[in-house]
Amino acid sequence: MEYGSRPAYSAESPFKIHGGCGLMGICDESGSLMSGELAIRAMAAQHDRGNGLGGGFAGYGIYPEFPDHFCFHMMYHDAQGKEAAEAVFDQYFVVDLAEPLPTRPVKGIVDAPLLWRYFLTLSESRLESMGMTPEDYIVHVVMFINTTVDGAFVASSGKNMGAFKGVGFPEEIGHYFLVEEYEGHTWVGHNRFPTNTPGWWGGAHPFTLIDWSIVHNGEISSYGINSRYLDAFGYKCTLGTDTEVVAYLFDLLLRCHKLPLELACKVLASPLWSEIDRMPEDEQAVMQSLRAVYGPAMLNGPFAIVLGFNGGMVALNDRIKLRPLAAARQGSILMVASEESAIREVLTSPDEAWAPKAGEPVIARVKGLDWPIHGDLYPPSGDESCAAADVKDSRETVEVS
Amino acid sequence: MNTATTKNPIEGHYERGPSVIADSDVTTVECQKIYYRQVNEAVRAAFGAGAKSVRLVGVNGQRYIGTGIKGKDLRIEVHGTPGQDLAMLMDGPTLEVFGNAQDGVGNTMNAGTVIIHGNAGDVLGYGMRGGRVFIKGDVGYRVGIHMKAYEDLRPIMICGGKARDFFGEYMAGGLLVLLGMESALDGPLVGGYLGTGMHGGEIYLRGEVEPWQVGKECGIFAATDEEMAALRPLLAEYCEAVGFDLEAVLAKGFTRLVPISHRPYGKLYTYL
Repeated sequence: MEYGSRPAYSAESPFKIHGGCGLMGICDESGSLMSGELAIRAMAAQHDRGNGLGGGFAGYGIYPEFPDHFCFHMMYHDAQGKEAAEAVFDQYFVVDLAEPLPTRPVKGIVDAPLLWRYFLTLSESRLESMGMTPEDYIVHVVMFINTTVDGAFVASSGKNMGAFKGVGFPEEIGHYFLVEEYEGHTWVGHNRFPTNTPGWWGGAHPFTLIDWSIVHNGEISSYGINSRYLDAFGYKCTLGTDTEVVAYLFDLLLRCHKLPLELACKVLASPLWSEIDRMPEDEQAVMQSLRAVYGPAMLNGPFAIVLGFNGGMVALNDRIKLRPLAAARQGSILMVASEESAIREVLTSPDEAWAPKAGEPVIARVKGLDWPIHGDLYPPSGDESCAAADVKDSRETVEVS
Repeated sequence: MNTATTKNPIEGHYERGPSVIADSDVTTVECQKIYYRQVNEAVRAAFGAGAKSVRLVGVNGQRYIGTGIKGKDLRIEVHGTPGQDLAMLMDGPTLEVFGNAQDGVGNTMNAGTVIIHGNAGDVLGYGMRGGRVFIKGDVGYRVGIHMKAYEDLRPIMICGGKARDFFGEYMAGGLLVLLGMESALDGPLVGGYLGTGMHGGEIYLRGEVEPWQVGKECGIFAATDEEMAALRPLLAEYCEAVGFDLEAVLAKGFTRLVPISHRPYGKLYTYL
């Protein structure tokens, strides 16, 4: 029997619908686990910020049975894409468990790809022979699948975490993936209103790479230069949405180049030159170096983003706050969202609620988990020792190599 | 952990009419979990039936409250956190919020008074052309952007806390006042780009600003005694509404910003 040629997965890309976005992030710094239901409710409260063309969540600490396995959430166009991707897994990993992602039928969710997850381990000898860290290895495989296996896309690839995303309103997508049945210490969520790029399953937020996940409201006008810059480091942008570069930039800056978090944020949301001119001389030198070294990594255009990872959460605005972001704290829980009402939907009596300043990160850090970020400029929250005061003072003199 | 739980949490707001209790003085609308359309329909229905005062309780995130409502002697009370575009195009009523407001309060508002006993977000009073917005707490970015005046219409916005960048950006008319009385924000009274592109109206700040904070289209002056005497009745009204002590407000010197040209970019895109 003969078949017609299979349409490329990118066939959906001509669709373009104009319209903002909504996002949320919640992190219990005590490490207590929260149901994904909280994330769903916070996004449902921001229903009207999206148009049903993309919703998604990422949860951390959700796979306690497999804490040390890399978990790949996969989207397949068809069985052929699945077969090809599984051949890659068999070649690169030891597959300890492969199963369809649990879903339930939800009105409004149609044309879902095949959704599978894989719990994978790496062979030490293979890593050694390739001279790579496990994380480098994972990045390599993710890029390999996304660029060469037609009809297969990696939705997430970290440990003890997973992304659940697709075309629909976030509460529908959450319902579809049974997100309320997972428990995590950190959740991020997104409601999409695609403006410049297609609304398709792979293009929904969050965008992830290993442990990092990004949800974003805004548009990255510098996508072209950012993606070309990332390409030189082996990151291939394949998902057709500008936000993808942010996930890869954080991986490059935080994991590969080991920048302190605050400096990485200054790379992405660079202070204006006029602001740098008013800084003390040593701080000026740092900021000028950052702009000189990382110019192509700067994000131009409006953005509010939340970065989730095993260990915490970071929320950041562009330098002149062209997108909304609200934050609140209640006990050990830090929460951010596009609208304060979304926070109040979940936190009944916040101790404080505020609007984060443009370009300055809001940081949550889970107690007892490794902090995957190098060179702390600031001490962990709640740890106010004398040594901590010294660390703070050294802010102006930190060297960037 | 202490988080709100509901029996059917997934769907968010329900598209059904809220429960409404009308008595002689005030009509109360229970807004919890009700979609914004039904809330606003209930408000219009109450006024349509002759109510003079509507109280909205359990508000959380519903957009467009007070939008387009006409009538001088009407009153809307909001308990909770109203959503975007509160009092947009509002023409006459008094709208009082017991809580924080979000972005876009008083968008293109025509007349009436908005009183917020809390903080408010970004882009407040965008294109506002009349009426008053009194905010007790802090405000965000781009507050009073492109406020404008026309004949006897003069929009007024007074903020009791601090503000971030772009306060009074492209301001074309009206009055913006920033007091810095109570604030949870770090940093100065106001951010940078103050009055950038301003070509009408006036801004009063309680305290001083550095020249770098101010757009080049503005002149910076210390407010004179006559100017302060003219401002006093308005500040008295504001203090009465939000509960500040007028004398404490007036205890500090004010700075006045006015545009130095009413056409700052008149030559930007023309042949010289």
